[in-house]
Amino acid sequence: MKPFAYVSAPDVATAVRTIATEPNAKFLGGGTNLVDLMREDIEQPDTVVDITRLPLTEIEELPGGGVRVGALVRNSHLAAHRLIRTRYPLLSQALLAGASAQLRNMATVGGNLLQRTRCPYFYDGASACNKRVPGSGCDAIGGFNRNHAILGTSDDCIATHPSDMCVALAALDATVEVESVRGLRRVPLADFHRLPGGTPHLETTLEPDELVTAIEVPELTAPSSYRKVRDRASYAFALVSVAAALEVTDGVVSDVRLALGGVAAKPWRARQAESVLLGTPATEESFRRAAEAELEPAVGRPDNAFKIELAQRTIVATLRRLSDGSFGDGSFGDGSRA
Amino acid sequence: MSTTTTETKSPPRERAVGRGIDRVDGPEKTTGKARFAAEFPYPDLAYAALVHATVARGRITGIDVKAAEAVTGVLSVLTHLNAPVLKPAPARSMLDLSTMVSATSVNYLNTDEVHWDGQPVAVVVAESLEAAQRGAGLVEVTYQEFPAVVDFAAEEANAKPQPNSMLGAGSAKKGDAEAALAVAPVSVDLRFTTPPHNHNAIEPHATTAVWDGDRLTVHEGSQAISWMRKHLAYRFGIPERNVRMTSPYVGGGFGGKGSVWPGTILTALAARATGRAVRMMLTREGVYRTVGGRTPSIQRVALGAGQDGRLTALIQTSVTRTGKVGGNSESVAEAARHLYDAENILIQQNLVEMDLLPNTFMRAPGVAIGTFALEAAIDELAGELGVDPIELRMRNEPARSPLDGKRFAHRMLREAYALGAERFGWAERTPEPGSMRDGRWLVGMGVATAYHSSVQFTANVTVRLSADGTVVVRCGFQEMGMGGATVQAQIAADELGVPFEAVRVEYGDSDLPTGPMAGGSAQTASIAASLLSACEKLKGSVLALARRSGDSPLRGQRLAAVEARDGGLYRRDRPGAGESYEAILSRAGRPSVEAAIGSESGLGALAGQVRFMAKFINDQRRWVKAASGAQFCEVRVDPDTGEVRVSRWLGVFDVGRVINAKTAASQLRGGIVMGIGMALSEETLVDPRNGRVMNPGLGDYHIPVHADVPPIDILYLDEPDPTMPLGLIGIGEVSITGVAGAIANAVHHATGKRVRDLPITLDKLL
Ligand SMILES: Cc1cc2nc3c(=O)[nH]c(=O)nc-3n(C[C@H](O)[C@H](O)[C@H](O)COP(=O)(O)OP(=O)(O)OC[C@H]3O[C@@H](n4cnc5c(N)ncnc54)[C@H](O)[C@@H]3O)c2cc1C
Ligand code: SF4
Repeated sequence: MKPFAYVSAPDVATAVRTIATEPNAKFLGGGTNLVDLMREDIEQPDTVVDITRLPLTEIEELPGGGVRVGALVRNSHLAAHRLIRTRYPLLSQALLAGASAQLRNMATVGGNLLQRTRCPYFYDGASACNKRVPGSGCDAIGGFNRNHAILGTSDDCIATHPSDMCVALAALDATVEVESVRGLRRVPLADFHRLPGGTPHLETTLEPDELVTAIEVPELTAPSSYRKVRDRASYAFALVSVAAALEVTDGVVSDVRLALGGVAAKPWRARQAESVLLGTPATEESFRRAAEAELEPAVGRPDNAFKIELAQRTIVATLRRLSDGSFGDGSFGDGSRA
Repeated sequence: MSTTTTETKSPPRERAVGRGIDRVDGPEKTTGKARFAAEFPYPDLAYAALVHATVARGRITGIDVKAAEAVTGVLSVLTHLNAPVLKPAPARSMLDLSTMVSATSVNYLNTDEVHWDGQPVAVVVAESLEAAQRGAGLVEVTYQEFPAVVDFAAEEANAKPQPNSMLGAGSAKKGDAEAALAVAPVSVDLRFTTPPHNHNAIEPHATTAVWDGDRLTVHEGSQAISWMRKHLAYRFGIPERNVRMTSPYVGGGFGGKGSVWPGTILTALAARATGRAVRMMLTREGVYRTVGGRTPSIQRVALGAGQDGRLTALIQTSVTRTGKVGGNSESVAEAARHLYDAENILIQQNLVEMDLLPNTFMRAPGVAIGTFALEAAIDELAGELGVDPIELRMRNEPARSPLDGKRFAHRMLREAYALGAERFGWAERTPEPGSMRDGRWLVGMGVATAYHSSVQFTANVTVRLSADGTVVVRCGFQEMGMGGATVQAQIAADELGVPFEAVRVEYGDSDLPTGPMAGGSAQTASIAASLLSACEKLKGSVLALARRSGDSPLRGQRLAAVEARDGGLYRRDRPGAGESYEAILSRAGRPSVEAAIGSESGLGALAGQVRFMAKFINDQRRWVKAASGAQFCEVRVDPDTGEVRVSRWLGVFDVGRVINAKTAASQLRGGIVMGIGMALSEETLVDPRNGRVMNPGLGDYHIPVHADVPPIDILYLDEPDPTMPLGLIGIGEVSITGVAGAIANAVHHATGKRVRDLPITLDKLL
């Protein structure tokens, strides 16, 4: 690890000022991702600005029925919060499906949004990786790519965004609040992460000197659920995950939100599937058709082509359980069993 | 992991053997007092970190250490240009078992050649771990690359017949199996593959090395301290007695700490070069890059049978790999030699040599992967025949070893299956695949046979009895958490008739009498054999002392006529007539009496090795010895996603006499857990383009987590093996065998799908 200076910011103003003035500085949340990357010399900040003392740890109800979550709320705290468990079960389940209890105790909301890919070639300094060293190539495309993306990829990068929380937030139409010396702005979660295109090293629309201060989640009335499929029962990143909310009125889909994880460089809002579903009978057949429509543009590679079928099946299974009310019965390995 | 309690036959209360006694090392470990290899304090300790090659084969053309040397705290950067001279590793020879620990033939930092991606090419020594690691990250190495053979799958056609080794013959034949297969009324001919695996002991390899003149002390988590000591003495050109290796605790090994890997040598080298006490703690990635794992395999199992299910042909062939610079051939088809009474048998094991880090022993080398293929094939044949898979096994259960007619020292598979089937509820299984459900889950039940041949090594042991009735057993063996010290104390306590608490066992130090390697499931039996002799000798000496006195009730008694109990020797014919050890020793004016088995002198040790080889060969000629068992499992498969969960497990084992019900159950459960990993999720990803391991850590190499492990029920038959000391058979490895087969069979039963390529990941079931 490269030696670095450590600064602890007492308030938001100092934090954003420090990041704007210190060259090559990084915010430190729970450190569960940043410190790992520093150990591998993939991130090499000269200054680390510890933001864990900032007063951004509240979870508040918003007047319109939504919830506002401070950027430094720990993942475990958020998952366990009454408002989240009762109003946004998919978010609570997504958080609990992530990492391990120890990591969730450390991880912050802001850090979770900004965690970087788990592509093994990105982590390995000896491999070619356009994300780590722009223009160096992509060893994953012809190499091991079981965990890689099938939607929105480019010839330069096929990495996924590994977060579970963000998939739920994408389904929820969350907004990210960011602050810098230039002031405050709000970014819809859908516009927060980027697809790789020719610049896979640019992962979000956040400026380097911007601080995430909160997320806001609008009200949700439909029943919801998060389903994560992975290579072991717990403590593994998603091969595919589905965050879904489904309202069925008189046998017809009256409201639906669907987002996928493990398939793209950003949490993937399945708009195509949603539009197919809305107003159609809530049947296995409709679910399947919607899933097929969403995955139609997917591109598989030797190791990850199975995700195309898996994503479709997981969408169908999740919607089926939401429509027949069998979700949360504990009989299937879902996100609530982290 | 949840586990259920285990019933065992309860021995008479006063005996220690058989009881589920807590491990003696438990309190030190749970209170953090236990000192592992990376925890020995030295006032002038320096830290070392490795720089790994990033090419599979080549020559170093330049190595720039300036930036590393400039890091504050860096003491020295050792490369092939400035490192002290080392003797090359000794070639392996059966005449000197210590040569077995030569993991590779590479003379680290004494050559500019690179033989695998990950080979250490420089060592940075610094005042702190952080400085050493920082320095290591700044060393710039350039290479001339040579073509390298790194793609195992592509090398299949280049495999060569495997030579015979100590681990087993490369091939075997009875009749004409291919011809019998061709005409068999019912047959299967199947191809299986298994990927490379890594041990992943919880304690990454660590070494602390200190020189005092030409004396070297090494603290190391080791499975073979005596052999490693000899190896180090040879490499550094000093007498063996000048090297001391201690290994009081080993945080798991599974075979990965049974050889001298680069970290050990290079720590000692760095200490010599810098004149400091040096510690190297490998990162998890460092373990993957410098400590070999389990070979991948490509296997063929072909079975031919009559309509009655009797096997007419059994063929098992394998391709495995070694490194060009070392590694072990594995006896993949070992179980096929002994499990089924086929008229015609063909076994052919083949090897390819590759430009990769050499493979090494990993829990049940060969057999763990070989029983996957064999037992899955038997299940497929049962399906073809429409016969219950247990019934098919019973129809082919041999009376004598099928290849050569040798007698089984012990063979209780019928009993194991009968007991297991009843306990597991096998009768409730409906044979049709996909016919059992629990809600939406598809449920499947599978069985497989576990089998592991047993061997023994030599062990030197001393036993000292003090006048106060306490006993010290001394032997330089290794404790990796399996309960070695505890069970030897139990044995000594019973042999000498003293309470378990009165026995202390000293181990894990090469200054102690030379112990066996902790490998091949052989340690406990090897030491027990010598310990029993030593106790017998000791009792003889004590009796001789007693007989010197005119009024001892033992006067005139022969050893066979007395028994050791209640802290003394007593006549068998007149209970109560005897004397306490305290009385005998104090009358004789002796503070203690000691007995030794085995010699430490060069000549005596050689004689010991020769005796060992003679016994080994003789034993092999007469008997087939093995631990065995029946594995029963139940799986649930999600019909939408193909996720497999193991929901229930029962293992019924024939491991001879069980010395400690608690530690034995833990060992056996541990093997099953490791087998679940092998079946469902574990795979070392070696990039076929360049030979680089791409998942060198526990985040991406998926060992089972707690949620993957079901309740595991363990039963023993607990029948002593008449050919083994105390009737015990080693249990370290048998329980991983058969596990992957049982799971594959259960998955087929649940889904109707046969997965013949491990691991059984969900994509193979979609
Ligand atoms: C072994 C392991 C397994 C894991 N498994 C999962 C999993 O299954 N699912 C899953 O979703 N995640 C998983 N994670 C990832 C984990 O969720 C993230 O590491 C964690 O959420 C990051 O949060 P943090 O607060 O520790 O971030 P940090 O490591 O502190 O920061 C991460 C990045 O975010 C930046 N940052 C942090 N806070 C802010 C802010 N407020 N404003 C602007 N920038 C900020 C930092 O500068 C840094 O670049 C796993 C991690 C590990 C180590
Ligand atoms: S997929 Fe992306 S992150 Fe992975 S190696 Fe290619 S460019 Fe790098």
